[in-house]
Amino acid sequence: MRNLIELVGRLVMHFLTEMGRVSFLFYNVLKKIISLPVEWQIIAEQMIAVGIRSIPVVLITALFTGMVLALQTYTGFRRFGAESLVGTVVALSMTREMGPVLTALIVAGRAGAAMAAELGTMRVTEQIDALETLATDPVKYLVVPRFLSGIVMLPALAVLTDIVGILGGYIITVGLFGVGSTSYWKRTWDYLKMDDVYNGLIKACFFGAFISIISCYKGFYTSGGAEGVGKATTGAVVLSSMSILIGDYFLSVWLF
Amino acid sequence: MIRVVDLHKSFGDKKVLDGVNLEINDCESVVVIGGSGSGKSVLIKNVIGLMKPDKGSVFIDDVDIAGIDNMDKLNEIRKKFGMLFQYAALFDSMKVWENVAFALLRLHRLSEYEARAIAIEKLKSVGLVDVEDLMPAELSGGMKKRVGLARAIAHDPEILIFDEPTTGLDPIMADVIDRLIISVRKELKATSITITHDMNSAYRTADRIAMLYNGKIIETGTPEEIRNTGNPTVRQFIEGRAEGPIHIEGAGNGKSLGRV
Ligand SMILES: Nc1ncnc2c1ncn2[C@@H]1O[C@H](COP(=O)(O)OP(=O)(O)O)[C@@H](O)[C@H]1O
Ligand SMILES: [Mg+2]
Repeated sequence: MRNLIELVGRLVMHFLTEMGRVSFLFYNVLKKIISLPVEWQIIAEQMIAVGIRSIPVVLITALFTGMVLALQTYTGFRRFGAESLVGTVVALSMTREMGPVLTALIVAGRAGAAMAAELGTMRVTEQIDALETLATDPVKYLVVPRFLSGIVMLPALAVLTDIVGILGGYIITVGLFGVGSTSYWKRTWDYLKMDDVYNGLIKACFFGAFISIISCYKGFYTSGGAEGVGKATTGAVVLSSMSILIGDYFLSVWLF
Repeated sequence: MIRVVDLHKSFGDKKVLDGVNLEINDCESVVVIGGSGSGKSVLIKNVIGLMKPDKGSVFIDDVDIAGIDNMDKLNEIRKKFGMLFQYAALFDSMKVWENVAFALLRLHRLSEYEARAIAIEKLKSVGLVDVEDLMPAELSGGMKKRVGLARAIAHDPEILIFDEPTTGLDPIMADVIDRLIISVRKELKATSITITHDMNSAYRTADRIAMLYNGKIIETGTPEEIRNTGNPTVRQFIEGRAEGPIHIEGAGNGKSLGRV
């Protein structure tokens, strides 16, 4: 029992110190975001890496999520004759919840891992030190562009997820179960408010910040050679995913 | 002129630097020798401001680099430096010429055309031609070091720092690198600090040799003075013996483990 308490205590302490150091990096990034010169080229490269390259997997995930949502909701709702509301449920779930969260989890696995591995390798091979000796601030040069691309690309991808998810729902409800096309769209638009979409996108924006800051932090403070880079990468994905799921709850409480 | 004054640095409860004092005059080449893990890299990282000492100062032309907190001011001083890293530390996402031209493009704001021309020129001065469009991963160890050297000198720095420039190279390539270091120093009229445990290299490139041991500089002198030193610790090191005042874990029974 004593050991258990000790273990929990240590884990909590570890988590809190980690969060403290992440916040410090975040503060540094905010301070440097506005300072000139703007690293346009690297920002563009990162936007492509985080945003454009994630599109295929995001599209496939969104389509199938929309489809399975429709499938399950239809099966359930038919029991009390509410088939016509399937479109509403799909649209609300996608925009408020599934769109931002799924997109974020995918980007954490793809781009977050890549950020941690890339910066981690640069750290253990002294490339980050080399940047400093060439009078270049590594936070501004490496972390700020990744942060910006995170907070811009996540909402953009979430919009895509929303649209494709709703289309997936349409395909199943209208194509498979034969619900009328007009009634599906009417139900979707009747109950969906723009606020649902906006709040989902605000969430996505936060998730983009979580992923990029946590992954950059893990990479930036890597030590211990190739093994350290592996640990940093795994750590980045785990911590980002946890922060997305936990953050999702609190953001939902705050926004809705 | 560089003055290291009473420099202390520990990691946890492990004391690495324990009061280092060292002066390096303008245009002088000082080579710091010492065993692996004796803190040579830590020392130069403090000199160039990559690490902050726990105590002590590093004066670069009378400015204490250890006392600067402002990143912009620090970067202003760093422009005086060029550093060659032990494993070259080339940016592996950039072509060779972009590595060499990094400071020219970013700090001196030259056009790509001008910067590329200078990069090719600098690569030629370290004996490399037709490599400018390769990626670092396509180069051998010796070539990487030379590209690293070209990058370190591209912006004509006043102070050059070399971290184990010959470690891991064959003896002929080591001699090539030593000669390059001597020639670029002359050309730039630069002050330099070189770290090594390769005594041949130290004798070839040093005006003065300083030995780091137990966190302190225990002896400095010209190569000739060091060669004839009476200090038993220094003697053991430069002759590469396992027995002596420097205690090496696992070197019992008189069986030599070779170099420290
Ligand atoms: N960032 C660091 N964190 C913890 N320990 C370090 C760090 N850098 C160096 N050390 C320790 O300091 C000692 C000296 O290292 P270093 O200066 O790299 O030795 P060398 O003389 O071979 O260059 C080593 O024992 C190393 O483990
Ligand atoms: Mg070293």
